[in-house]
Amino acid sequence: MKVTGAQALFRSLEGEGVDLAFGIPGGAILPAYDPLIDSKVRHVLCRHEQGAGHAAEGYAWATGKVGVAIATSGPGGCNLVTALADAKMDSVPMVAITGQVPTPVVGNDAFQEADITGITMPITKHNFLVKDANELAVTIREAFHIARTGRPGPVLVDIPKDVQLQEFTWSWPGSVDLPGYRPTTKGNLKQVRSAAKMIMESERPVLYVGGGVIKAEAHEELLKLANDGRLPVTTTLMARGAFPDTHELALGMPGMHGGYTAVTAMQKADLLVALGARFDDRVTGQLSSFAKGARIIHVDVDPAEIGKNRAADVPIVGDCKDVIAKLHAELRRLQDEAGGVPDRTAWLAQLDTWKQTYPYRYDQPGDGPLKPQFCIERLYEHTKGDAIVVAGVGQHQMWASQFWRFSEPRTWVNSGGLGTMGFAVPAALGAKAGRPDRRVIAIDGDGCFQMTSQELATSTAEGIPFVTAIINNAHLGMVRQWQELFYEERYSQVYLSYDVPDYVKLAEAYGCVGLRAEHPDDVDAVIDKALSIEDRSVVIDFRVDSKEMCFPMVPAGASNDDIIVGPEGLRPTNDPAEAPVA
Amino acid sequence: MRLHTISVLVEDKPGVLTRVAGLFAARGFNIDSLAVGPTDDPGLSRMTIVIQVDTKPLEQITKQLNKLVNVIKILEHDAGDAVERELMLVKVKGEGEARARILEICDVFRVRVLDVTHRTITIEGTGTPGKLEALLELLRDFGIVELSRTGRIALSRGDRGIKERAARLRAVAGADQEWTGGGV
Repeated sequence: MKVTGAQALFRSLEGEGVDLAFGIPGGAILPAYDPLIDSKVRHVLCRHEQGAGHAAEGYAWATGKVGVAIATSGPGGCNLVTALADAKMDSVPMVAITGQVPTPVVGNDAFQEADITGITMPITKHNFLVKDANELAVTIREAFHIARTGRPGPVLVDIPKDVQLQEFTWSWPGSVDLPGYRPTTKGNLKQVRSAAKMIMESERPVLYVGGGVIKAEAHEELLKLANDGRLPVTTTLMARGAFPDTHELALGMPGMHGGYTAVTAMQKADLLVALGARFDDRVTGQLSSFAKGARIIHVDVDPAEIGKNRAADVPIVGDCKDVIAKLHAELRRLQDEAGGVPDRTAWLAQLDTWKQTYPYRYDQPGDGPLKPQFCIERLYEHTKGDAIVVAGVGQHQMWASQFWRFSEPRTWVNSGGLGTMGFAVPAALGAKAGRPDRRVIAIDGDGCFQMTSQELATSTAEGIPFVTAIINNAHLGMVRQWQELFYEERYSQVYLSYDVPDYVKLAEAYGCVGLRAEHPDDVDAVIDKALSIEDRSVVIDFRVDSKEMCFPMVPAGASNDDIIVGPEGLRPTNDPAEAPVA
Repeated sequence: MRLHTISVLVEDKPGVLTRVAGLFAARGFNIDSLAVGPTDDPGLSRMTIVIQVDTKPLEQITKQLNKLVNVIKILEHDAGDAVERELMLVKVKGEGEARARILEICDVFRVRVLDVTHRTITIEGTGTPGKLEALLELLRDFGIVELSRTGRIALSRGDRGIKERAARLRAVAGADQEWTGGGV
């Protein structure tokens, strides 16, 4: 049967089970948008390609499926770059389809031409330029296979306009054959045995859980391992929700703005079991002084992560689901032989003491000013935690991660590795599109919000409602915090203002409901109102104290031993030579 | 830091050289030389890359290379465990008495003369990088007009080819180590 390349594209997307794509049409992708009309794939028309890219990411975070973004050539593809880089850093499965100028003029500086495969080479897991429609179906299959298997990531498929128009005989490839792509997913049993033995020998073990556990859908295996081995758990920014925060063994988030208990537990541990985590600089602080006394078991599906930043005593390449299940079985066997779990009463008691002594803290004066943490806590209480929370990047992101108590995976969506401001609104759109059954709340900063707020129009037009809670401190808050602490309070280009734009009016202009809370007493009523609206998106303008800083904090480059718990423990340095660099 | 020679078997696809070279650049490594050409398998090319790097970053770079979808196999050649050759073409000033001395040097080094003019001699030198360096050192006295080198290529000693060797290394390392056939 004869089809065009464009028709083949949508047949292939349907064949891969794609039900939703985010995009914007344009010249070089025009042929593909025609068969889209007859396709089963729902297309969400975004207002900016970056929005489409982050929406595809949000969809992938919330559902575990591959997110799809479509854009035209040149500027269309270039606008996807930030989202692709973000997806690469956070291992988000995503396929981007871009139009390209016709093959005869490729390389000719044609209108809206950009070498998008060249541009995105270092920020995709892989990319393709399709030069013949006969290769289209197999390329799409390969793209989805690469995006979703092993360590997931973004794949871009660039399709010249003439290839979209080319007629050829359709056939759907039964399988993919990529001789250079064979991810190791099954953990080596011998290594697993060594790991289990090492856990048995440990007096102060900590499970250091990263985003890989969520990617691998390994949260149930993790729960069994922690429960049966009585092993305390830290969940990184990428792993929030992989282990319930309310669990007695949960220590919370480690890292630069992590809790005292999580940070210090890892520092004092004699064994770290890293599960799908990559010893990122935001977690380790100064690498040379990180968890000096700890032996390391490192489980990751990406062999390049093992030994990259910290040498592993027991390296295990494999998918977390497979390895954690094996590790659990081995550990159970050794515990049965030994007559039970090793006695670690002192260590667990120490952790409990830290938890009691150093919880996340803030002070909300009854007469104001309104504190950001209070707003987030109230949101949590009103929803009883039953929501998918999406964050941008900065103080609000850290507070959201600190004060929301996650109980299940895929309820936390954020930009971790790349730290992409503007992520929240489009990612919330994508999360809600993928999980219409769930309430979605974007907790955003005023700086972030202004970078991508145009996707509120998409939300209204496409009927994809979510709540955006702007933690409006009138500043680029995290940068302001650093200038206060490390640049002698010399504030440079961080003031944005509370009321330009007027976020309530802006929300209304986009067909959303706009609400505002300026005083602690307003907060509950505003949240009640926001949560009562389900047919439209809601924007809440929480006007919060611009001087509030995010603690605990380990200054960049400092040792995790030097964690600053709160503002009273501050030791801002006046010596520029000692000023940490970001 | 010392020089390492690695052989990389890659799919012969557009952009594969850019992917490999780009990976080195992005991770901050300098390539000393890179030679690429077809193999007996029409779909595969073989690259020989020489880099100056410590052992630990070398391990990271091979792991990252392995993740490239178009990379099939990687083999790091241990010193003494591989035969290495390089080809160079060099045009040297060679008038009068110099010409005879140059020809004598060529004879000692067993390299061929490809072209002679009134003023120059063009020489084809093949051998280990060490031999070529020694030859160049002598030829510099006469004045080098131009020089083109291929960069080294290498094959491991013994019966096995790169595919079998990589497979064996994988077996030795367990399923956990870097020779996992690529791809994450």
